[in-house]
Amino acid sequence: MTDPAKVYSVQTVDAALNILDGEKDVRILAGGTDLMVLLNARQFRAPAFLDIWKVNELRGIRDEGAWLRIGALTSFSEIINSRLTRTWTPLLVEAALTIGAVQIQNRGTLGGNLVNGSPAGDSLPVLAVLDAEIDIASQSRGTRTVGYQDFYTAYRRTVLEADEIVTSIKVRKLEPGEKGFFYKVGTRRAQAISKVMMAARLAMNNGSIDSCAISYGSMTPVVRRAGRVEAALRGWVSGSALPESIQNLLEGELSPIDDIRSTARYRMRVARNLLARMLREVER
Amino acid sequence: MKFSFVVNGSVSEVEVMPMKRLLDVLREDLCLTGTKEGCGEGECGACSVIVDSKVVNSCLIPVCQVEGSSILTVEGLARDGKPDLLQRAFLEFGAAQCGICTPGMLMAARSFLDSASEPTRDNVRIAIAGNLCRCTGYIKIVDAIQQAAGMEGTSHE
Repeated sequence: MTDPAKVYSVQTVDAALNILDGEKDVRILAGGTDLMVLLNARQFRAPAFLDIWKVNELRGIRDEGAWLRIGALTSFSEIINSRLTRTWTPLLVEAALTIGAVQIQNRGTLGGNLVNGSPAGDSLPVLAVLDAEIDIASQSRGTRTVGYQDFYTAYRRTVLEADEIVTSIKVRKLEPGEKGFFYKVGTRRAQAISKVMMAARLAMNNGSIDSCAISYGSMTPVVRRAGRVEAALRGWVSGSALPESIQNLLEGELSPIDDIRSTARYRMRVARNLLARMLREVER
Repeated sequence: MKFSFVVNGSVSEVEVMPMKRLLDVLREDLCLTGTKEGCGEGECGACSVIVDSKVVNSCLIPVCQVEGSSILTVEGLARDGKPDLLQRAFLEFGAAQCGICTPGMLMAARSFLDSASEPTRDNVRIAIAGNLCRCTGYIKIVDAIQQAAGMEGTSHE
């Protein structure tokens, strides 16, 4: 395999930022579970790569009161096995368990999933409903924080500048009384890219929905919160049917496509069914 | 560029391009052809090896990322020329048909045994969910892993 690409392997964030500041066309390489697939298929080339796999300061999960801070290079296996994420953000653990299988979970990183920006990225609906905040660093401008809702500008486009790197992702813990949900519908349980995903966080009060956050994956060019659906569900009384307006609202918020994995019609039906499933489960 | 890492207990040095896949370095530069290429995109698990105690797809790892690492391939399972517990169980249960998935299955299974998780059928199936067998001989593979896990669990006590 001919391979003229130059590779910078670094062990600290400072060294990484220094390379990004000086080099024009350099692609960041973390666990490689997306990038290596494209390289192997010769669908992508870059003159230089910045290998950050050994930047250990970008790994780990920290408790910060109402939030968890997750290093960008934290693997899905670490998320699955962490007592912190299991306790405070179980829906993120559920999403991580659906990503590929063990081999992919050992290499795929939360930051990579975020930056890759696929609408089928399994962690994205969860990050949306957990009000994720993304910490970004560059050498010349220091650090900045961007809310998840503002992180993507268009299909697979992010606010990241060429000299910037995501250092960590902060997610809000579920509060007492709040429940988290994550559903993924794909062809099989492992190794399948999703057809439809839904993540939600909601709180009940006296048998009705007090607050809720809902986000769909694989249903829109950019994964964000479905605000109008959330609004329609507030006040929903346990045991009642889905609000009549829900079909129109879903059609307004979601724009699924026909592709090799599924049809738009099937995806819309499943999106609605997943809402109904969540409302059945919330009563338990 | 020169890279140095441990493979099956001995230090290996290679001089290759940094983005060369670990899979190709193992097969072409180190002549360890036990590790197979299936899909080349992280779907099939045929190229599974264990890097620093974690099972990974060697087709998705450039060699620059294993500098200083410790790697176990299927060639490293046997001890003194004798198949290990898992390999013996695969033989006993007929857990290989065409055999292409077998090295990857063995490495995923080795990683599962090392994790000391309870060898329930579900847990074994999850542990090899990233390994495809086109002969679809999964039942015997799961049987073999369960038996080996049980024996290893006993011998550790």
